[in-house]
Amino acid sequence: MRPIDDRECARVFLDALAEGTALDLRGSGSKAAAGRPILAQASVSTRGMRGVTLYEPTEMVMSARAGTLLTQIEQDLANRRQMLAFEPVDLANVCGGDAKETTIGSVFATNASGARRILAGAARDHLLGLNGVNGRGEIFKAGGRVMKNVTGVDLCRGLSGSWGTLALITQVTFKVMPVPAETCSLVLLGLADEFAVQALSASLGTPYEVSGAAHVQGSLVKRLWHEGLREQGEAITAIRLENFPKSIAYRKERLKEALKVYGEVYELEHDNSLAFWGEIGQLSPLQDSTAPLWRISTKPTLGAKLVAALGTYMQCHAYYDWGGGLIWVEVPATSDAGAADIRRVVAMHGGHATLIRAPAEVRGAVDVFQPLEPGVEAITRRLKAAFDPHGLLNPGRMYAQF
Amino acid sequence: MSVVLPEPDQRIVRRRDAIVADLRKLVGPGVIISDADGRRAFETDALTAYRRMPLAVALPTSTEEVSRLLAYCHRHGIKVVARGAGTSLSGGALPAEDALVIGVSRMNRVLEIDYHSRVARLEVGITNLAISEAVKAGGFFYAPDPSSQLACTLAGNIGMNSGGAHCLRYGVTTNNVLGVKMVLMDGEVVEIGGAHLDAPGYDLLGLVIGSEGQFGIVTEATVRILRAAEGARPMLMGFNSPEAAGKCVAAIIGAGIIPVAIEYMDKPAIHVCEAFAKAGYPMDVEALLIIEVEGSEEEIAYLLEVITSLAEPFNPTSMRVSRSAEESAAIWKGRKSAFGAIGRVADYLCMDGTIPLGKLGQVLVSIGQIGDGYGLKVANIFHAGDGNLHPLILYNANDPDEAERAEQAGADILELCVKVGGCLTGEHGVGIEKRDLMRVQYTESDLLQQMRVKTVFDPAWLLNPHKVFPLDGREAAYEALPDAAE
Repeated sequence: MRPIDDRECARVFLDALAEGTALDLRGSGSKAAAGRPILAQASVSTRGMRGVTLYEPTEMVMSARAGTLLTQIEQDLANRRQMLAFEPVDLANVCGGDAKETTIGSVFATNASGARRILAGAARDHLLGLNGVNGRGEIFKAGGRVMKNVTGVDLCRGLSGSWGTLALITQVTFKVMPVPAETCSLVLLGLADEFAVQALSASLGTPYEVSGAAHVQGSLVKRLWHEGLREQGEAITAIRLENFPKSIAYRKERLKEALKVYGEVYELEHDNSLAFWGEIGQLSPLQDSTAPLWRISTKPTLGAKLVAALGTYMQCHAYYDWGGGLIWVEVPATSDAGAADIRRVVAMHGGHATLIRAPAEVRGAVDVFQPLEPGVEAITRRLKAAFDPHGLLNPGRMYAQF
Repeated sequence: MSVVLPEPDQRIVRRRDAIVADLRKLVGPGVIISDADGRRAFETDALTAYRRMPLAVALPTSTEEVSRLLAYCHRHGIKVVARGAGTSLSGGALPAEDALVIGVSRMNRVLEIDYHSRVARLEVGITNLAISEAVKAGGFFYAPDPSSQLACTLAGNIGMNSGGAHCLRYGVTTNNVLGVKMVLMDGEVVEIGGAHLDAPGYDLLGLVIGSEGQFGIVTEATVRILRAAEGARPMLMGFNSPEAAGKCVAAIIGAGIIPVAIEYMDKPAIHVCEAFAKAGYPMDVEALLIIEVEGSEEEIAYLLEVITSLAEPFNPTSMRVSRSAEESAAIWKGRKSAFGAIGRVADYLCMDGTIPLGKLGQVLVSIGQIGDGYGLKVANIFHAGDGNLHPLILYNANDPDEAERAEQAGADILELCVKVGGCLTGEHGVGIEKRDLMRVQYTESDLLQQMRVKTVFDPAWLLNPHKVFPLDGREAAYEALPDAAE
């Protein structure tokens, strides 16, 4: 079903409630193969609700109906030299979906934040307002179109990253930012993970507003599309600067100086830097594979230790983003996609893990999202009930029990 | 005053002595304050027009004590008002005669600083400025900087999702807190988030921050700390009209330059602040912008040059770049002490609406008219980059009629903010002050959804009662959630 506005969504939900049919909520379904398989009889798409409804470049704000394609939004913004500063990373690329079809609603529903999250914040930090329909078929709005708003409970944050299990988001209003005039990246080659994370921490501890801090293990460098980088064949540690040209010229020299204790520092100038971070944004080294893929979030300085500990249980290919705090790990295919060992190692180090890619039967059998502590789980269950008491929306998508 | 506070529950008030005796057994010596003089120190916050003597006050020293106190209050149906430093401008920490005030000001330790992961873990009774002071040695700072940062606590900042002059660049509290330890009303202690940049599951942290003490009592938090810029410098720009200043801000942002702060003051505000801080503000202008940029010497010089040339088409009547650290400090002192400075010349109500920047000129004209209509002067201070407007309505608190008119003028101004596409509060919170205006911004259905979330965290509605949501219509939130009232 493709409702065309809030009211029609509400009607569809009320009908489904009356008939007792659960619903699979989606944009274009580009991430349908991520998360737990949904146990629903019918699907509702936001693709009937499209179009940018407000764009004020000088107020750094845009509103769009949820089914608007991300590509269109990015094009409209680029025309005014603006962008989504959180640099949405698209899971569709690694779970068999079509990233060209990704909708803006799904970006916020999955809180999909990319490399620039360390400087500019996550998707949830950029969401200013939304309209939605909850699992009772009630239409509501939250937030607004202004940058600062503490009027009442912050439902925008509450719905970010809820994967369509609380409400269907029908329109979003978000903050946009100017495109930096110049960019470049500094690169170190062949560093062991532990040293690489140290180099990233050192960079992020400078006043130079590092906007990307990633480390790709050698085995994944070999899968990069960029020929020059791929041919390096060894681990790449990359640090991105973005600013006006004069600033870049100054900052890169200072940063090179700070990084030289870690090895020879190379430079990716504008185009190559854009190409590299473009690949990171599309998760390029993880695309052409069907091996199970995990996304692990931890304290940055623990990232390398965590991956080393995982390595004692299984052969894994990892790359680190967010200065070491976000780790994408590809592991060998097993009946549980490595879940038991990964959960244990993550519990020892702190943080949480999400299974991003695995066959549907595996995703149906293991916890895809991090199991919650009992106190937090109780709140989570009640929150679900507060929005969707009858379990109408995306049942089972995040947690098997509700 | 016009905000109605319900009659206290006499069953609780009558049992005060017995309750106080019970509470004393739960916590260490000196934690419970029950004498009238001691309680009076907590009878109001920075919205001083409203005062209520609390049932008792607890100043616990640990999460365990907070947990025991809440569990007791939960069992006995006693309401609880959480308090940081009591600097709320919206009455967020206003007590009630039948409620226990739990203040976290004694829990103010720095627990851990990790420069490599760029996080700090703190007890939330620490003041906002003390966080930055604690990490200064490493060259870092904590970004949100409300004007009351010398006094206000991280606890209050989390409760109200506080902002500040520099949040145009660095975001508000919710963008800078990664995890909290929180005690729920029944005494259960939960950890939400941590030292990582995103939390698993639903964004409970996002719901808790800004929940105005209605979801639980946060006792510890992990915050992001940022490396400070090499340098910072403000410049002053004076204009003949608010419209010109507003258009200048739009031009700067439209050109892709995001200064760390763009502050706006109108003529009345300039005069009072200048008299107080001797910052060298131009006195003959209608509108003043303080624009601050950061970076190395060369970067600062370049940015200010670009900003200057972007401003030229709007005919600034004066432009001055700070030439020294002392001058910069004076410029900011004038702005940050604006509320205090205005408080020296008159009583005032500080409004906190947010508007789309493009409406600035129109809104300021209307605010002037609203003030005239009630026979009151209004001074305006504005975080121009992010649209957060602070009209200060000057009045005489000893004149009940004038106080009443000031409140009405404030309500009219906030309704105006909503009408032009903004909101009731940008950083001060709803508290009791804007409670009865919530329907101006939200429909019943919007409010009901918010109240249901409140019920998720506090099923019996014991935490910070009488705030945020209009008093009528709350029943729907209980009825809608049969499961929650376990």
